[in-house]
Amino acid sequence: MSQTFTLDGLSIPFTDGETIIQAATRAGVFIPHLCYHPEFKPHGSCKLCTVKVNGRHTASCTLRAAAGMVVENNTEELNAERRALTQMLFVEGNHFCPSCEKSGHCQLQATAYHLGMMSPHYDHFFPDRPVDASHPEVLLDFNRCILCSLCVRASRDVDGKNVFALSGRGIRTQLIVNAKSGRLADTDFTVDDKAAQICPVGVILKKRRGFAVPIGERPYDRAPLSETALAETAAAGEEGV
Amino acid sequence: MSYQLETAAHPESLRRVAIDPVSRVEGHGKVTLLLDEQNKVHQVRLHIVEFRGFEKFIQGRPYWEVPVMVQRLCGICPVSHHLAAAKALDQVVGARQLTPAAEKLRRLMHYGQMLQSHALHFFHLCSPDLLFGFDSEVTRRNIVGVAQEHPEIAKRGVLLRKFGQEVIRVTSGKRVHGTGAVPGGVNKALTVAERDELLRDIYQIIAWSRDAVHLIQKVHMQDPGLYNSFGIFRSNFMSLVGHNGDLDFYHGSLRARDDNGKAIFDGVDYCQYERYIEEEVKPWSYMKFPYFRALGKEHGWYKVGPLARVQNCDQIPTPFAERERKEFVDYAGGSPLHAPLAYHWTRMIEMLHAAETIKDLLHDDDLLADNLLVEGERAFEGVGVIEAPRGTLFHHYRVDENDLVTMANLIVSTTNNNQAMNEAIRHVARRYLHGREITEGLLNHIEVAIRAFDPCLSCATHALGRMPLEVELIDAAGQRLHALARG
Repeated sequence: MSQTFTLDGLSIPFTDGETIIQAATRAGVFIPHLCYHPEFKPHGSCKLCTVKVNGRHTASCTLRAAAGMVVENNTEELNAERRALTQMLFVEGNHFCPSCEKSGHCQLQATAYHLGMMSPHYDHFFPDRPVDASHPEVLLDFNRCILCSLCVRASRDVDGKNVFALSGRGIRTQLIVNAKSGRLADTDFTVDDKAAQICPVGVILKKRRGFAVPIGERPYDRAPLSETALAETAAAGEEGV
Repeated sequence: MSYQLETAAHPESLRRVAIDPVSRVEGHGKVTLLLDEQNKVHQVRLHIVEFRGFEKFIQGRPYWEVPVMVQRLCGICPVSHHLAAAKALDQVVGARQLTPAAEKLRRLMHYGQMLQSHALHFFHLCSPDLLFGFDSEVTRRNIVGVAQEHPEIAKRGVLLRKFGQEVIRVTSGKRVHGTGAVPGGVNKALTVAERDELLRDIYQIIAWSRDAVHLIQKVHMQDPGLYNSFGIFRSNFMSLVGHNGDLDFYHGSLRARDDNGKAIFDGVDYCQYERYIEEEVKPWSYMKFPYFRALGKEHGWYKVGPLARVQNCDQIPTPFAERERKEFVDYAGGSPLHAPLAYHWTRMIEMLHAAETIKDLLHDDDLLADNLLVEGERAFEGVGVIEAPRGTLFHHYRVDENDLVTMANLIVSTTNNNQAMNEAIRHVARRYLHGREITEGLLNHIEVAIRAFDPCLSCATHALGRMPLEVELIDAAGQRLHALARG
């Protein structure tokens, strides 16, 4: 691992084929992200992990590191852009943290705190998205979907079931369930599936367990997002892409 | 028990005076007076002008979300809504009997709230009227004025409330809007450190609470002519009573008495509340008007809250508060005292009882246990009733087989007092304003009568889709051309 690039002035070693976010995370540097997960192929859609490489914007989850790159990450400019993206995600869905059972272990909420988001800033869309409560063990609350596609990838690549998909284009893109009825109950989805564990927000919820963890003991009460994300990657080890 | 002054016969010829907003209460409301040229009062109404809609938007949500969501009705007594919802949903998850630890932790949370809410109301909102006079200098008639002239009283008010908030924090995770109660129990016990920190201060809190009872008792007795007659009206009253007729804020059965103290009903399972209570809507307020079905709209309205509870129970199960209750009952002379300003006295007796109960609970090791949840046979409907600081609070939910709420009905404490508050301000208007030049001090008399009930107006207005509405089309000459009405 003799090759390096610089990240906010630090020298970061990498191996051939590693992306910028992989190398940075292994070196203990946090880059905010939502659709990236160390266990899955990158999707490059949320753009939260955008960095500047040699002065040009690019997603750090998809760009492979190269020797001599000069990468900017934790800058005022980039964090302001990430904050604006996060605000857009908040207003596109119905994210009501005060009554959401994922509060305190929601990556979107933790990202907003991390980036110092003080308000949604933009006008809310208030979309009308009914929940799917048809499955006996799992509730789908589409109000909170950020289209990260982690459930799509987990169900397809790990569970081998293809239960979820993103449908439509542009602002009309939505998460759908792969059943003729469109209902989760009519799929072979189970609560033990990888896709049931992966949602970074409050869409895929195990029923009847909300608020079981008291305030103060939830993941992001115990440690900030940056530490939690780095620990998650370390736990994933070399099994990622 | 009349509706005099509710609706003027000829409003078009009268002058309108509005108190908007009513100050030093929780939420937004206004009072309108219609006066003729001689300042004679023809109509007085307390309007609740804010609008919430919780009963509607809770529909379609998973039931376990409800206790956390509905508590957002209020920032002062969220614990009441949190626990009433949790009690209703205990029935849905089949938790017929909670573990001793869970029930005691919920009680601790609730009595902490009772302490902080009563302290807030008495010291922050009402003490300026009671210490300085109803028509005293308006710039001084506030908590800052109290802090300047009676710093010790103001300080105790702040610290009593702070203690109650701490009790809520250690049981629910946050001082306001925590998550402690879940269907079937609670999600956390107390740690030894949390318990010991509360134990360190509780005896001081009890002492200050006793002093507060004696303070309001003294104020009341210094001017019995005013305090026993101001805004007075006679009415039925209702509350939960606990085991053996004890004062109990967390659980019990429904008891109602008429204005002479004679039982209307007693020992009623609160799950049957719909057989006993009906709600009326009126076109000029977002707040409904409940009444006892058996007595009808005209005679069936009632009051709730401290004045009802302290006179409805047979005893208070803590010694200091029971002594104060007996003194109050002796003062009343063997029949119910209906004076709205006596709410303050009984409220402080309740605060003392809350402090004593917290002390007893803190000495119970069950609070440290880890057996916190039970469940049983699933049901599809639940009713939870609790005595909130402002009175009896009803939560009623139906849940479908997919765990989503299909129906929610809330009868909030302040709603129960709707007709009572209107009667009190009509009495005050007749007595103090009728035929006189209106001044700020006189208008504050109206507000003093409302404040005695400690209304929470934001809690009380939540019936989206069922609010009464009247639309009138009036031509340039003031003639009504067309009208539509709903509700």
